[in-house]
Amino acid sequence: MKLSKVLMSLLSVVLLAGLFTGCTSKKDEPAASSDPKAVEGEITVITQRTDIVDTVFQDYAKEFNKLYPNVKVNFQALADYDGQIKIRMGTRDYGDVLLIPGSIPVEELPNFFEPLGTYEEMKNKYTGIEERTVDHNSYGIPIAMVYSGVIYNKKVFKDAGITQLPKTPDQFLTALQQIKDKTKAVPLFTNYASGWALTQWESSLATLAGTKEYVNVTQPNTDDNFTKGQPHYELYKVLYDAAKKGLIEKDPTTTDWETSKADLAQGKIGTMVLGSWAIDQIKSTAPNKDDIGFMPFPTNASKVLVPLAGDFNLGINVNSENKPAARAWVDWFTEKSNYAVEQAGSISPLKGAPMPSILKQYEDQGVVFETLTPSPKGQEGIVDKIDKMGEIGLWQPDFKKRIIEAAVGNRPESYDAIMKDLNDAWVKARAEVAAKEAK
Amino acid sequence: MLKFSNLSYSKQRLAIIVAFSFIPLALLITFAYLPVINMFKYSFSDWNGYSKRLEYVGFENYIKIFTDPEYFSVFKVSLYYFVATFVQMGLALYFASILSFQTWFKNFFKGVLFFPSLMNGVAIGFIFLFFFKPDGTLDTLLQAVGLGSYVKLWLGNPEIINISLAGTSIWRYMGFNFIVFLGAISSISSDLYEAADIDGANRWHQFRSIILPSIKRILQLNLILAISGAVSAFDIPYIMTGGSNGSETFVIQTLDVAFKYSKVGLASAMAVILLLIVIAVTLLQRLLIRGEED
Repeated sequence: MKLSKVLMSLLSVVLLAGLFTGCTSKKDEPAASSDPKAVEGEITVITQRTDIVDTVFQDYAKEFNKLYPNVKVNFQALADYDGQIKIRMGTRDYGDVLLIPGSIPVEELPNFFEPLGTYEEMKNKYTGIEERTVDHNSYGIPIAMVYSGVIYNKKVFKDAGITQLPKTPDQFLTALQQIKDKTKAVPLFTNYASGWALTQWESSLATLAGTKEYVNVTQPNTDDNFTKGQPHYELYKVLYDAAKKGLIEKDPTTTDWETSKADLAQGKIGTMVLGSWAIDQIKSTAPNKDDIGFMPFPTNASKVLVPLAGDFNLGINVNSENKPAARAWVDWFTEKSNYAVEQAGSISPLKGAPMPSILKQYEDQGVVFETLTPSPKGQEGIVDKIDKMGEIGLWQPDFKKRIIEAAVGNRPESYDAIMKDLNDAWVKARAEVAAKEAK
Repeated sequence: MLKFSNLSYSKQRLAIIVAFSFIPLALLITFAYLPVINMFKYSFSDWNGYSKRLEYVGFENYIKIFTDPEYFSVFKVSLYYFVATFVQMGLALYFASILSFQTWFKNFFKGVLFFPSLMNGVAIGFIFLFFFKPDGTLDTLLQAVGLGSYVKLWLGNPEIINISLAGTSIWRYMGFNFIVFLGAISSISSDLYEAADIDGANRWHQFRSIILPSIKRILQLNLILAISGAVSAFDIPYIMTGGSNGSETFVIQTLDVAFKYSKVGLASAMAVILLLIVIAVTLLQRLLIRGEED
């Protein structure tokens, strides 16, 4: 009996202690310390780059330690980053520095991440931070600025007799047809089986619209998102037409992403719709690196706009116990690591960073590279809300797969029927979201 | 002094029972019952999976699932797996019966048949992706034996895709049914066969009058497992096609709703419904079986 009493009181002490430590608020702000040596602690950095976590990232840690000798950096890489980190974020233990998962609604960020500074302070230094800004506070810095469009093999184009890069959807389809007729290469590889590769098309929406306002400003306030003549309709019509004319791989259901990179590099594939982050990965398997080219997505818009978008954003866990050290890593990584150019093959988020050479030719042709206009105040994250409410999946592969299936004759649906279906879901979800917001 | 051996036998027994049940019960509660209770809780909410905000919406999720035909139409795909279940059981029973009699290379065949069940589902998914690919193993095989004209897009054609996948599923799970049947059949006393032989019964008679009645229970058990497996088919189609091209099953759809569209509340309601269906199927079968015995 006595024993159990002692045990009980012990247990309750332990429990209470846990309760109190859970309640004590941690007020240490991540103030940028002037002396790097004063910053100390052990931090865990979570990344999506399973491929280079044991090599390049270890070198980063060494470089970082030259400046901050008293900070120990550990890394964790997650293969299915978005899926796994979201579940971990249900606990307090999700590293010190991590990439903000794209699926977390913007207004939820203050619950999970530490503010990095006001937007006014930060905007002079970084591009692309407006996407993760809530109430004037920025919660993340992009690890790289990526641009999207069509990655193509110059040799395949030459063999097919394409002398001028296609600029409109019609020219693009003609070019694909030429590749099919004159070479053995697959004109447009969709990477249907991987799923996520199809979501890359959505990044080119602004190019089709021809304005940087469309995605975040016009789109959430229109009921005609998927009707004929609108950017979404025109964008995926290219996919549908190419698939319908047999200009894609023979059996999309059994494609493989890793092989497709090498196939494009070796001229077995003509084009793929991807982001700039893929260019270096493809080049690394190419017999001749100069064969790999990039072009903006074909558009009928009067001005060719290639949207620059933040890749994953780097943020700090609001529960972190080593915030100054975490902050030091974020600053060092975005300013000094050169990750954006070397590892992501894109542009640094720092203002005034130089354009990569692959884009030089387009600057001369009047192609503009710009970040999208952020949502107006009060409408942050609304596209995402409508998208999820209606289960449309702008950034999911599902309806793109449906388009391909319909085009190759696996589904008894026309392109217009799919678009009408999506538009109906959009209109309904938009009304539902508006009703919810009004409550 | 207090010593365990001084306690009476019944008290010792109680102490041991309590001590030995504690760990399994704790594990069971933590990893089985608490999550299920939470799932029921979530199914009445609009939780998105990570937010600190959770609002109870009553039966809204359930109403949505039952009124929107999109959520239930995927059960059509389960029919393929349901039919495959019977093929699978039939084959398993056939092989188990044959291999319980004297045959050449008996143990070798047993091993061959059981082998797929030992393999990881992901590995099987990839093997069969190669198998069904255009110009893959199956096509090459058909060309080699002169059946080249039957070559199809095994996963690209929506009419065939579910048959291909259900076929893979048979290959994967047949070994398990087979080994269970084999175990049951070998527990039948050999005297019965001897007596049957003397009476002039052939193999078919022996199968019908000795083996089948003796393993009826096991047959029923396997059938329940196989049917609830067909309703909740998941791993093969998920790994091989991710549910695209008309191969989406109810579980894949539930996952999509939860993790692609962040509607954990709605997905929990779907999971609850699936649980209820499986329970209903099991109960129904038990009732039918009991009816037979009377």
